[in-house]
Amino acid sequence: MLNKKDRIFNNLYGLKGNGLKTAFALGDWSEAKDIIVKGKDWILKQVKDSGLRGRGGAGFPSGLKWSFMPPKSEYKPNYLIVNADESEPGTCKDREIIRNEPFKLLEGILYASVAMDVHTAYIYIRGEFYNEYLNLQRAIDECYSNKLLGRNILKSGHDLDIYVHRGAGAYICGEESALIESLEGKKGQPRLKPPFPANVGLYGCPTTVSNVETIAVVPAILKRGASWFAGLGNENNTGTKLFCISGHVNNPCTVEEEMGVDLKELIEKHCGGVLGGWKNLKAVVPGGSSTPLVPASLCDNLAMDFDSLKAVKSGLGTAAVIVMDKTTDLIEAITRFSRFYNHESCGQCTPCREGTGWILKIMRKLCKGAADFEDIDKLEDICSQVENHTICALGDAAAWPVQALIRHYRKDIEKRISVSNLKRPAE
Amino acid sequence: MKSNNNNNLEKFEFTKKNLEEVDKIFAKYPDEQKASAVMPLLDLAMRQIGGWITESAMRYISTLINVPYIRVYEVASFYSMFNLKPIGKNFIQICTTTSCWLRGSDDILKLCKKHLNVENNQTTKDGLFTLKEVECLGACVNAPMIQINDNYYEELNKDSLLNILNKLREGKEVSIGLQTKKRKGAEPIDSVNN
Repeated sequence: MLNKKDRIFNNLYGLKGNGLKTAFALGDWSEAKDIIVKGKDWILKQVKDSGLRGRGGAGFPSGLKWSFMPPKSEYKPNYLIVNADESEPGTCKDREIIRNEPFKLLEGILYASVAMDVHTAYIYIRGEFYNEYLNLQRAIDECYSNKLLGRNILKSGHDLDIYVHRGAGAYICGEESALIESLEGKKGQPRLKPPFPANVGLYGCPTTVSNVETIAVVPAILKRGASWFAGLGNENNTGTKLFCISGHVNNPCTVEEEMGVDLKELIEKHCGGVLGGWKNLKAVVPGGSSTPLVPASLCDNLAMDFDSLKAVKSGLGTAAVIVMDKTTDLIEAITRFSRFYNHESCGQCTPCREGTGWILKIMRKLCKGAADFEDIDKLEDICSQVENHTICALGDAAAWPVQALIRHYRKDIEKRISVSNLKRPAE
Repeated sequence: MKSNNNNNLEKFEFTKKNLEEVDKIFAKYPDEQKASAVMPLLDLAMRQIGGWITESAMRYISTLINVPYIRVYEVASFYSMFNLKPIGKNFIQICTTTSCWLRGSDDILKLCKKHLNVENNQTTKDGLFTLKEVECLGACVNAPMIQINDNYYEELNKDSLLNILNKLREGKEVSIGLQTKKRKGAEPIDSVNN
């Protein structure tokens, strides 16, 4: 379990107050000038050495991603975009940072901007987070009036402007190139890659898109040292992580824990356990709707990190743990995900636009049992036609939960079909 | 209530106060990238009109940012938060994606329908409420939850939901956020680490 002293978000719930004064008192923005002066290469090296992997779902090494940005050019600015379009079902961690720890995020943006020669950063926040947006804007205004943003920050010679851009209800805008399209004032439809945003991003300029949590942990890494961060968690899965545990637990909550924390410990220590006890667990979705579910039989001694979850054919994703107890109709639970992806498909690629609809249709049949055994194979076939056949990962995300359901619970699905067949009048 | 169709050609213009907002919005983007302002401008227009966007507002915005009307319409129809039809004074969006569903969002939806006597995507006859079932709103550890206009109402049960609906019907204020008093937000309850 994470030591109190190793916690990064020490005011995650806003229980210690809000505003810049509180943030100062808790250590935010201390040493800011020293860090800016140490410069780009030092910051990049620290982030690389810390082993930080992106917190938005894919887990790409952040230092490496940042190093793809070309050096400052006379002709084009570099942009940093913070992805606060938190929409993955089950995920509500960035919301806590924006509500209660916005100054850590803004401080992180400052250091990232130094590391990538950025002077303009945008925060793309999901449209539904209206009060969160107001809070974030207040925090930015407070930084400007205290000269922590703007021209010649802390007399370091570095300039940075941060703007907030509100989305308008499209999950797909969490995909970085769709987000860029959206910020340019278009429909949020992902771009073909290459070129990657680090070369051709916002307005055709070099751009890096990073998740809120990724950026917000950077100040702690730079102040406490890369080796401190790398010493937490497991090899290749370092640091701390915000977990949001929802569903069938006694007290759903968002909590910071060490990467690789044991799933059972996470649920029992912070959430008061699974409803009805650990033995009543049926399955968990470990990292938001896109990650394949893990049945209870694989949940003992399960380390919550990128590589351990990959080993059980799932993933850490956004670390949004959705817990389901034995009363849960898993087919219905996954159907809700299928409905989500069908609703959120941007319509650009045919396999996803059509496939998500077909998946939903068959899933609804399976829910009622009003299907044939062949429908399961058909469903699997459609999933494989969608997976890996689209520009972005939404198609994969629509297929994975369904594939995992069939992989682990085929017998249950078949049982429902047989029971319902028995009830059907003979033809 | 204004005309029910979207071909409302009644001329739309931003109010003087909103034109100041427009300038602030434009200041966020490079001068030659005014199109970036389309979403904030649509949002602003929607607030001025009262929850939805008319065709004349979209045409007006297209001239402000100097793009063809179809580009504005394309954006307005792509994003789910832009309403192209009138909605009630209180726009209720109920999350029924898995995390909320596991905590009883179906009961919340059913109760809402029954109490307001409307189906999904319908507005009450008095124009006070519009009901819509939506996908994940990102407050999963405080499920079940609904959004009414700009605000989230979380950790609902039948009583607190009815309380909210009744108060809004009477035009009274309702406290936003968590409807239980167990905690402030998303923190663990009597956790070892607070």
